[in-house]
Amino acid sequence: MTEHTLPERGTAGRRFDAVGWLRRYGTSLFLLALIVFFGLENPRFLSLRNVTNILTEVSIYGIIAVGMTFVILTAGVDLAVGSLLAFAGMSGAMVMKTLGADLASGWLVALATAIAVGTLVGYLQGKAVTFFSVPPFIVTLGGMTIWRGATLILNDGSPISGFDASYRWWGTGSIAGVPVPIFIFGMIAAAGVVTERYTRYGRYIYAVGGNPEAARLNGLDVPRIITSVYLVVGALSGLAGFLLSARLGAAEAVGGIGYELRVIASVVIGGTSLAGGRGGIGGTIVGALLIGVLTNGLVIMHVSSYWQQVVIGLIIVAAVAFDSYAKSRR
Amino acid sequence: MSPAPNLLVVRDVCKQFPGVKALDGVELQVRKGEVHALLGENGAGKSTLLKILSGALRADRGEATLDGVMLEPSETPRERQRLGLVTIYQEFNLLPFMSIAENLYLGREPERRGFVDWAAMHDNARALLASLGLNVDPRREVRHLSVAHQQMIEIGRAVAQKAKLIVMDEPTAALGHREVEILHTVIKELKARDVSFIYVTHRLDEVKMVCDSFTVLRDGRYVARDEVSNVEPRDLVRLMVGRDVEFSKRVRTAPLGETVLGVKGVSRARESSGRHAIALKDLSIEVKAGEILGFAGLVGAGRTELARIIFGADHCDRGVLYVDGNELRPLRSPKEAIRAGIALVPEDRKQQGCFLEQSISQNMTLPSLKRIARWGIFVNETKERQLVEKYRTALRIKMANSGVAVGTLSGGNQQKVLLARCMALQPKVLIVDEPTRGIDIGAKAEVHQLLCEMAQSGIALIVISSEMPEVLALSDRIVVFREGCISGLLDARDATENNLMALMAISTAAGLKRSAAP
Repeated sequence: MTEHTLPERGTAGRRFDAVGWLRRYGTSLFLLALIVFFGLENPRFLSLRNVTNILTEVSIYGIIAVGMTFVILTAGVDLAVGSLLAFAGMSGAMVMKTLGADLASGWLVALATAIAVGTLVGYLQGKAVTFFSVPPFIVTLGGMTIWRGATLILNDGSPISGFDASYRWWGTGSIAGVPVPIFIFGMIAAAGVVTERYTRYGRYIYAVGGNPEAARLNGLDVPRIITSVYLVVGALSGLAGFLLSARLGAAEAVGGIGYELRVIASVVIGGTSLAGGRGGIGGTIVGALLIGVLTNGLVIMHVSSYWQQVVIGLIIVAAVAFDSYAKSRR
Repeated sequence: MSPAPNLLVVRDVCKQFPGVKALDGVELQVRKGEVHALLGENGAGKSTLLKILSGALRADRGEATLDGVMLEPSETPRERQRLGLVTIYQEFNLLPFMSIAENLYLGREPERRGFVDWAAMHDNARALLASLGLNVDPRREVRHLSVAHQQMIEIGRAVAQKAKLIVMDEPTAALGHREVEILHTVIKELKARDVSFIYVTHRLDEVKMVCDSFTVLRDGRYVARDEVSNVEPRDLVRLMVGRDVEFSKRVRTAPLGETVLGVKGVSRARESSGRHAIALKDLSIEVKAGEILGFAGLVGAGRTELARIIFGADHCDRGVLYVDGNELRPLRSPKEAIRAGIALVPEDRKQQGCFLEQSISQNMTLPSLKRIARWGIFVNETKERQLVEKYRTALRIKMANSGVAVGTLSGGNQQKVLLARCMALQPKVLIVDEPTRGIDIGAKAEVHQLLCEMAQSGIALIVISSEMPEVLALSDRIVVFREGCISGLLDARDATENNLMALMAISTAAGLKRSAAP
């Protein structure tokens, strides 16, 4: 055999790689361009009130998108988050009402119930994926209709409303001028980034998504790690369900319809690979903001909501297509 | 035998992969109507050559003619099939939910006025199956068939395409004894109709049974071509594993310590599927601290299978494990094995070892994170850097920085990263499966040096290798595997390539030494 070693590819002395650069920063640039464009089109877009509005809207599904990033990093997907959000929010409101509306800390009961229900349902779905080896797409597609149906059953399809001020505060109040949902989204996103970058658990998620067989041979409990990401996204869906009911002043059976697509789109536009092992929460946040800005901007420009769907769909496909192109080019 | 004209002539094929030369000037000739065995150990380049022939890969250099027609490098697998060169892989290309007839004529359905002529298709299929000695209803769905019958359907499809040359990659790996006989009957039947075969196998008894001639590859190079009738199985083994390269023999300076790992009576019935599903019979070994125990044997003889059982990656029906004299149940997962102080560098670096897209330091510290995490949660990056630096220096890994993706490293450096990962666990027992597969000769010597240093530090090592000089150079003692049994245990001082090969290739129970305890 001939003596032969390829030089290791270093970073030094490489000429500027436009496609690689775009792949990394393209989404952020596009977001920036959209903000400038909508701002120039209509000054109202950049008003404090509208910006707060966009961010609050983004926060609800952004919280779930943080958890979804973990799920997709393990090469899975969760389609049930929108239905679970409604189910957990409805459960929380019902338990609170049943225990008595004049409870001093009724919101705490509702919040705890919503998160507990979300966690439990997430755990069950994760177990179905790992223990029974049902593909995550199928488990959560089933979950999507199961939990929507269960929500309708809970209160016969009618909304629950009439929350007190302390409950509503979680959706409409603010902490030091920052609306509560945005504040919570910021904390969840920060916790997500810390988990992803600085914890053992974060490393394990990337390992399981990148090469499950190698992960197993490195002593990782692969089924347990996979189950856990569904549990996490379930818990976050529960939290989002509570926040949405507080913001709207009602827990609705139709709450969160279509959220699964917005959440998955945020993650995918943010550059996380559906094949697992590559991507991260930083990108997801940009992706979530991009969808929020686009939806709001198009409304302000009086573009019909029908066209909004077309535009968002095109952007999802374009983002992934560009990513595949950049990857194949290597 | 009158020399039939050549059907396939391959000349000077070269193929370079990042970090390693997979094929270097390979030749191959297959005559009309003969079964030609393509032999070689793992990593010899057989699969690469098959992929180049089938059109799935492009060679860097070289040429090939089929029946006098030059094969163009740009041809797709489909175009090669049309020329009469059909490849049957280990994983079949059948559509399980379609009928046998539909599979046989996929893409070439008989038509009448633009519609599929089902009657004609079923008649043709029935005739074709009958000519292969197969009596099944062509309307049955393929998924209901046994593995052997599915293989027949693959062959039938090749015949329906009027194949001149059928390439079969380890066709008997998943077949039972009786099914192998049926396959051989069909091959002989087609041979009589002037169809040629390239037959890749690790089972040398089959070469005698069904093949006319053979070509041996080693390290991506052509070694020999001859008539099967001119050679004995032992000669084949020598051609496959013999090496021109001599590795320097390890000189052990430290005395051996206590027995660290004991394995007693590991047995397993043959499983129905999976790559490592062979039956194992009553395997026992012992390894002492500071010792290197070599595992020799052909692929599928039980060496990797036993290693995976010791490491908890596969299961066995019976058997006991001792670590440091403590009896353990057979381990149920690699997690338990790592906890018990056993580490493994797996045989397939890319599929089972590396996280190619992740950084060197992430690859290196993954199983050790528990030890360097604050409160068991947060990775202590200072400690992580120290760990990476320590083993980077100790194993002399060449890298720009530890944040580079492992996939960009050469094979030798990837292997060193995996060794570093195991060393960081400070194991009592280290199993290294194919320590130098697919890496360059210079890096091989370095890896050998590292393994010696590890043994010197008191670790009990098991080294599994297809390369006999490697086993001979590194080991204190050598266990030889054959067909799921241990066929011998040799002191490396007395062992030679010849007596190893005798133990690897003998075809009867004569000379079987079951006990491997020292």
